[in-house]
Amino acid sequence: MNIMVFIKQVPDTETKIKIADDGKSIVEDGINWIVSPYDEFAIEEAVKTKENLGGEVTVVTMGPKRAESALRTALAMGCDKAIHLEDDAFEGADAYSTAKALAKVIEKHNPDLIFFGKQGVGNDNTQVGQLVAEMVGIGHIGTCIKLEIDGDTIRGEREIEGGRETVETKLPAIVTAQRGLNEPRYPNLRGIMKAKKKPLEKLTPADLGLSADEVGLAGAKTVYLSLELPPARQAGKKIEVEPEVAAKEIVEFLKNEAKVL
Amino acid sequence: MILVFADQRDGNLKKASKEAISEGKRLATSLSDSLGVVVLGSGAKGVVDEIKKYGADKVFVSETPDAYSPDLYAEGVAKIAKENDAKVVLFPGTSMCVDFAPRVSAKLEAGLVTDITATEVKDGKLVVKKPVYSGKAIATVDYKSDIAMATLRPNVFELAESNGAGEVVEFSVDGEAKAKAIKVELKEAGKVELTEASIIVSGGRGVKGPEYFQNELQQLADLLGAAVGASRAAVDAGWIDHSHQVGQTGKVVSPKVYMAFGISGAIQHLAGMGTSQYIIAVNKDPDAPIFNVASLGVVADLFKVVPALIEEIKKAK
Repeated sequence: MNIMVFIKQVPDTETKIKIADDGKSIVEDGINWIVSPYDEFAIEEAVKTKENLGGEVTVVTMGPKRAESALRTALAMGCDKAIHLEDDAFEGADAYSTAKALAKVIEKHNPDLIFFGKQGVGNDNTQVGQLVAEMVGIGHIGTCIKLEIDGDTIRGEREIEGGRETVETKLPAIVTAQRGLNEPRYPNLRGIMKAKKKPLEKLTPADLGLSADEVGLAGAKTVYLSLELPPARQAGKKIEVEPEVAAKEIVEFLKNEAKVL
Repeated sequence: MILVFADQRDGNLKKASKEAISEGKRLATSLSDSLGVVVLGSGAKGVVDEIKKYGADKVFVSETPDAYSPDLYAEGVAKIAKENDAKVVLFPGTSMCVDFAPRVSAKLEAGLVTDITATEVKDGKLVVKKPVYSGKAIATVDYKSDIAMATLRPNVFELAESNGAGEVVEFSVDGEAKAKAIKVELKEAGKVELTEASIIVSGGRGVKGPEYFQNELQQLADLLGAAVGASRAAVDAGWIDHSHQVGQTGKVVSPKVYMAFGISGAIQHLAGMGTSQYIIAVNKDPDAPIFNVASLGVVADLFKVVPALIEEIKKAK
């Protein structure tokens, strides 16, 4: 099976966010860049599927030079080759213009099964996998927590309000991975050494048959006007009293402040 | 037209749908435009009257497709948006809409901003606000497309009933689904959904095991009509299912009251509940970071406070 997994490099989730001088982006100095946590589930599922059914896994990312290290991590986890969409023209992309470029990679390589993380942490769009599915014209299973492959039919469970639903579609298809789908493996030393020798191909908009104004900021449908820190929450009352007194205080609060009792 | 998609399953209109319609009506008023609501799937006709209460001028209703299909639902909404020259398309931020709204965005070649918490009309155009980096920053986002789309964070936008023309237009969504739901299991029927709850009773590492979630915290939640939440530590320990997790890798919630028991308040947890209106925290550790954001902080042993609290609430009711 020809498997493809799309990943994004994002700031470590513990990063303290500082707003840059332009007022619409974050200060990138000192940030520890990681593979977006949901993408780890996508990589694991792609590699696991290859191990079970045979085939090859190609890992793809769009991003600046530094994103190469995210690809190497995925290769160390067991992906076979990597594609890096790296060009100044890709910068400033939103979910739409990102999807536009990624859809071209799928059209070029015709994978059978494609994985995404359900969202890239940071911008938290939760959009790109589904956008690409629509642009390519194939089905998708979103925020998948359990996947079953049965010939060219796939079934995935997803969480809905108060329960779960099972969605079925035919290959080729896109699956976006949610926490719970699997336990991602840690790359071991042997994997890391092997990853250094695996092929990594660089692609520009022209390689994908796209003009510079269809990608990045130029091709975006949304644009950040500003980025602000949220208003700081003020701590209220703090008490250290006997449990019975505490219980009474909480009930008073629920009644008189929150007015929910 | 301002178009809002109403999420319903089997004739149950989600609260988040009503919030989205209410916000659609406010935008329609400030942009001097009309409000259309589109509702799909089996049970759709049953919610039309409820939709009208929130000021819809037109309700586009189709009982097809019978089962949820991300591609067919997208087709239905995109068709109505095109035919009625929609300028804005809003969705409640439910699991269904988060799943298929991007497909509508691709069909309409329109910008979509997910999980918005505020709207603004600037020079006759919609601008939205969205928390990013798990709420550590707020982005103000503008659209470069003719149509502006957004999904709305549940529990943030106020419900408001109002009047509209209320014309009902029936249509159908045909065609073969690429993907569709073949089974729905509602395991927690009757339980309050985390993202829609106005009160959340949440437990963390301090709760020390699964039993306390199932018994005491559940009992407290039932008394308050609340949903049960959990921190990542409690979920990772296997005490409660991931569907209850609040935080960066779980659900983002904004209830009226968030009650945190034995939760230290790691940054990744605060990211998921920092927009709650009131936070009540009970923790043994006086230095727990959760106290920095708590409206009411109680330094105490939760195992003693919770039973006393259950008794007090019973008395108060």
